[in-house]
Amino acid sequence: MADPSVLPWYAALLLPVLLGGVTWLALVGDALFAGERAAVAAPGREVARLLVGQRRRTVASDALLGRVGGAVLPVAALLAAAVLPLGERPVADLSVGVVWFNAMEVLAWAAVWLVGWGANSAPAMVGGYRFVAQGLAYELPHMFAIITAALGAESLRLTTIVEAQRDLWFVVVMPVAFAVYLLSAAAMAFWGPFDAPVARDVAGGAAAELSGVDRLVFAGGRWLLLVVAAAMAVPLFLGGGAGPLLPAWAWVAVKTAAVLALLLWLRHRFPTVRVDRFVPFAWVVLIPLTIAQALAVALVVLGGA
Amino acid sequence: MGQVLFWTLAAAALGFGYLVFRVDSMARATFALLASFLAVAGEVLLLGLGYLGVVIALMMVVEMVVMAVFMVMFMMNPAGLVPMTMVHNKAGSAAIAIGTFVALAAGVLVVDWPTRVGEPAPDVTLALGEALMGGQMLTMMTLGVALFATIVATVVLSTARGRYRDEP
Repeated sequence: MADPSVLPWYAALLLPVLLGGVTWLALVGDALFAGERAAVAAPGREVARLLVGQRRRTVASDALLGRVGGAVLPVAALLAAAVLPLGERPVADLSVGVVWFNAMEVLAWAAVWLVGWGANSAPAMVGGYRFVAQGLAYELPHMFAIITAALGAESLRLTTIVEAQRDLWFVVVMPVAFAVYLLSAAAMAFWGPFDAPVARDVAGGAAAELSGVDRLVFAGGRWLLLVVAAAMAVPLFLGGGAGPLLPAWAWVAVKTAAVLALLLWLRHRFPTVRVDRFVPFAWVVLIPLTIAQALAVALVVLGGA
Repeated sequence: MGQVLFWTLAAAALGFGYLVFRVDSMARATFALLASFLAVAGEVLLLGLGYLGVVIALMMVVEMVVMAVFMVMFMMNPAGLVPMTMVHNKAGSAAIAIGTFVALAAGVLVVDWPTRVGEPAPDVTLALGEALMGGQMLTMMTLGVALFATIVATVVLSTARGRYRDEP
């Protein structure tokens, strides 16, 4: 009855709890990076503050679209995490797992625009439009980086991709794709140096008018998205649960923590990059680089066959 | 289970499709259309076509977001952004949409479907790729790269005359 290739059904219920826990730890880590006092309590304080805060209403807002947009963020992150191998097996071992993950990620694109639009406020809308305008410049290198990993394993199934890295991790075979993946993963979660859609120069951008539970859902969803994108680097490029001594799940946890720490450091180390500088860079440098990387991997795969 | 899902998704696809003509906001119309497309993607997934279903969802999300931007840009109500309706021949477009649906749905019921021979391929994604690319791999590859180079070149040319013209 139990299919050995997937986790039991209750894992689907545990997944949000697990993801929430990891996100909580990431928040503590972020507070540590920021040098806050009592960093361990920082996420709890913030959650409590937002839960008791009042929701802000703006004139002639489209509350339905705004709230749908906010809710889509955490839901998309959770759905994307369904194909994430936790240890050796994911909750849902889809044969097109990689494409599924990417499809859930781009939902964030719609979500941020909806949140920005919904408030009927100029800074919020500027933020939403920023993300859409930058979206393709993030998504295309991201897609090529992910597809390169799938190409190396000749499969869109994540467990097969992990399997293919038994001898050599893909980070060694395709370092460019890995680096671009990390950059674009942060960008897809409008994170770190790529947080222009919610940046201070537009008074918080898409999130400008969010307060109370609305902000909690939006910010929480964004964190979840970052955690899932960081965790996905592990099966795609870092050999999944492979490693000596420790069990697979522990290695996944250690590697995810390492990737997350790198992304958190990136955020605190670098200021927001200017969009009009990054977008040409993405189109002229990153996309050709990822295509060249995919070509190199394709030649290796064809040569090996 | 499959039956219930099918009818739920079918109802959702039609319901959201209808809403596209009912709502008075371009943003709502666009995302009602997206919801309708996502329901259709669910139907394709029900058929066991994993890749096609997920790709429809992926493409439609990106497409509808881009469309929302263009729709708002081109069909802006001078009085403001909300409300904003598709005033351009609403009745005509609704008639075309309903007519197309009725014609296609009638086709499904009227056509004398052949009985199935053979088995589905073990890996439908692979079969799809072979069917699309098999004999025309070189053509498709050349076309793909040419199209993509055109897109990149267009973006590069257009960003050179952006808001920050003197920037490097």
